[in-house]
Amino acid sequence: MSHSNRERGILRYDWWSRVNHWLIAFSFVMLVLSGLAIFHPYFWSFTGLFGGPIPTRIIHPFIGVFMAFFFLIMAVRFFKVSLIKRYDIQWVKQIGDVLSNRDERLPPVGKNNAGQKMVYWLMVTSVPLLLISGIVIWQPYFAPAMPRLWLRVAAVVHAYAAFAAIITLIIHIYSAIWVKGSIRAMVQGRVSKAWAKHHHNLWYEEEMEKQRRVEDAAKREETAGQQRQQTP
Amino acid sequence: MRGDQINLQNIIARSASMAPSPQERSGGVEKVAKLIDVSKCIGCKACQVACSEWNDLRDDVGECYGVYTNPMDLSPNTFQLMRFNEYEDEQGNLEWLIRKDNCMHCAEPGCLKACPAPGAIVQYANGIVDFNEEHCIGCGYCVAGCPFNIPRISKKDAKAYKCTLCSDRVYHGLEPACAKTCPTGAIMFGTKEDMLEQGAMRTDYLKDRGYKNAGIYDPAGVGGTHVIYVLQHADKPEIYNNLPSDPRISPLTEAWKGVTKPLMSAVIGLSALAGFFHYAIKGPKEEPEDDPDPEKADADRALDEKSPTQALQDADEEGRE
Ligand code: HEM
Ligand code: SF4
Ligand code: SF4
Repeated sequence: MSHSNRERGILRYDWWSRVNHWLIAFSFVMLVLSGLAIFHPYFWSFTGLFGGPIPTRIIHPFIGVFMAFFFLIMAVRFFKVSLIKRYDIQWVKQIGDVLSNRDERLPPVGKNNAGQKMVYWLMVTSVPLLLISGIVIWQPYFAPAMPRLWLRVAAVVHAYAAFAAIITLIIHIYSAIWVKGSIRAMVQGRVSKAWAKHHHNLWYEEEMEKQRRVEDAAKREETAGQQRQQTP
Repeated sequence: MRGDQINLQNIIARSASMAPSPQERSGGVEKVAKLIDVSKCIGCKACQVACSEWNDLRDDVGECYGVYTNPMDLSPNTFQLMRFNEYEDEQGNLEWLIRKDNCMHCAEPGCLKACPAPGAIVQYANGIVDFNEEHCIGCGYCVAGCPFNIPRISKKDAKAYKCTLCSDRVYHGLEPACAKTCPTGAIMFGTKEDMLEQGAMRTDYLKDRGYKNAGIYDPAGVGGTHVIYVLQHADKPEIYNNLPSDPRISPLTEAWKGVTKPLMSAVIGLSALAGFFHYAIKGPKEEPEDDPDPEKADADRALDEKSPTQALQDADEEGRE
């Protein structure tokens, strides 16, 4: 746990990525809690968190639309780093090593590893499904106008997609707790070089390359300036 | 008292509830049924009026669409209505089929299965399915769950309403208001057994009169109902304004509210636990402490060892140089 990232860390998430992420995270957790309350009587007590059963039912879809809006922005911005690469397949094949923390055996990966990419793609599929099906069953605004077959299909889709999204979320949160330094990266933005090299080697090399180029350019600028001074 | 759930001691099914309700006092309670004999109905709508009267319902005055059906649909203020249909039979004779449309009080109610609010829908030992609006959250799931398209959500209070089969009257030994008021005896009320017998008698009579497909509508797909019809053409229930020929809880509703939900709930709980135990067994995933560049690693370590204020001061000085 080097603290060097305070001074010399690499910027992993700029301020807007962080704010965007946490807006989604807070609203998503509220969605899970309010949704599960209605999902099964096991979770009925969660209605107490939202001021009772009726407020829970009313507030859930509004949070949903809020979340979906910010999710769309993040999905677009994180699209490129989430494309599947060849090394991702190798990484998935070695999932046993991943889980057992035998990191030295893993192939180097880019800014995101295959697990993070899977979280991305699962969310990118389930959030639109949740949004569309949620709107169909939304009382009293949209549901009264929907044929009953649509209501039934949407209810099933919403419940199943919510299940997929919740499991994904649990894996996502657990990974953040498990991989030390990731929560800090999302809160403060920077990671140490050691962290970057260890977990995302290709991305680290890229960043170092960028830094070198910037430094080289600065140096060239400097020598050019000196030469200008020398020649009257 | 009207509309309230008056007997809380013989509820045999309760929405979104895992523990059973009190059972002891269901002894000796017989299943009831309302028998609607379509062949006897003259379409006077006295039952509609009686229903509004007893239940304190006043629907808005609507428009006339050129048919006798009025209002055109059920609503939170219309628990029942007479649907009129002009049907031409095989011989070219016109038949006026008038069906009293209201909750069927299914033995296996789709509304109750779908409802997520504990106690918003209950089923009594006598077979009546009742909505308790006090517990309703207005989600509309019962609308999706019902195979007969019965529940309606109020725009005024966002709660679901439907025919109660006058559960309040029945509890006190009275028959439902519609049955009480019907001038032709087309609506009868009693134990389900008696009503089936009565229905069989009427069916025989109708068969004698030439309605060879006369029969009782007590659909098995929903476990039978506590509102049953005598139909002249029981082979074609659809001609009675789309009475479903084989109503059952939709497979979609089953997929939504069946075993999958407790299973998914368990998996959600277990996956959170699995995370905890994985951490306990394998421990956190950490990077090595040092900067990968050996020269910088020394500097970083030195930085770490400094107090934060010291580090800031040093950084300031570096900047000034
Ligand atoms: C994206 C926009 C979303 C909208 C518009 C939306 C809307 C709805 C609506 C209308 C309901 C019915 C109950 C109610 O009216 O409150 C509902 C239920 C539910 N929602 Fe959402 N929702 C959204 C997102 C989510 C998300 C992200 C989750 C969790 C991952 C979620 C989980 C649930 C669950 C578990 C239920 C209960 C489903 C059931 O009873 O089968 N929803 N949602
Ligand atoms: S007809 Fe519909 S509302 Fe009535 S008991 Fe059956 S499922 Fe419930
Ligand atoms: S609207 Fe229907 S399903 Fe929803 S809580 Fe009320 S009675 Fe239950």
